[in-house]
Amino acid sequence: MPKVNLTHFEFSLLFALLASIVLGIVTKKTDRERLRYGVYCFVCFLAALFGLGWLMHFGHG
Amino acid sequence: MSADRKAEKEKVAPFGVWGPAVALAWFIPGGGHFVLKRYGRAALLFLSVVVMFLFGMMMHGELLKPQSGDLLTILIYYGGFICNVAAGIPYLIATWFGYSQPDLAGAVHDYGTKFLVVAGLLNVLAMVDAYEIAIGKKN
Repeated sequence: MPKVNLTHFEFSLLFALLASIVLGIVTKKTDRERLRYGVYCFVCFLAALFGLGWLMHFGHG
Repeated sequence: MSADRKAEKEKVAPFGVWGPAVALAWFIPGGGHFVLKRYGRAALLFLSVVVMFLFGMMMHGELLKPQSGDLLTILIYYGGFICNVAAGIPYLIATWFGYSQPDLAGAVHDYGTKFLVVAGLLNVLAMVDAYEIAIGKKN
């Protein structure tokens, strides 16, 4: 099995993308709602990623 | 048995309606949606779960096996094992081909283990969705 070497940020983006697709598909009833919810989840993942990243940055001083 | 309970029991859809779709949804990610003629969603679910599982393997993540010990160890290893198995055919193929990665130190291996676990969890969501579509709760 070949090994991938991505950065933590790239792994997190990939995780956010794939999880958002599934969350969008399984939670809403129309395609439009699914798309909007998927994008919303992705933005929330990104916000958490950047928010926690900065929090850890300042936490470490 | 009260009349309410009887009516509630009657509402439960028979296994034949949802069983095959849910079983297929476990075995092949997105398979439940495919058999229920939701082809686009089936393809997206299949891609999402399989890509996540493959990336987990390419990060050399660990496929967790049940282990006894303290409560946290039991929770993590049994829970992780169940989540791995929930991924369906990707897990079975990986096991049949002898994929076995020891628990190594390093962030990338750790991410890989999480990707493998989450692939199974996403497939559980897909199975629940297939169940709801099969019983007519969702379109």
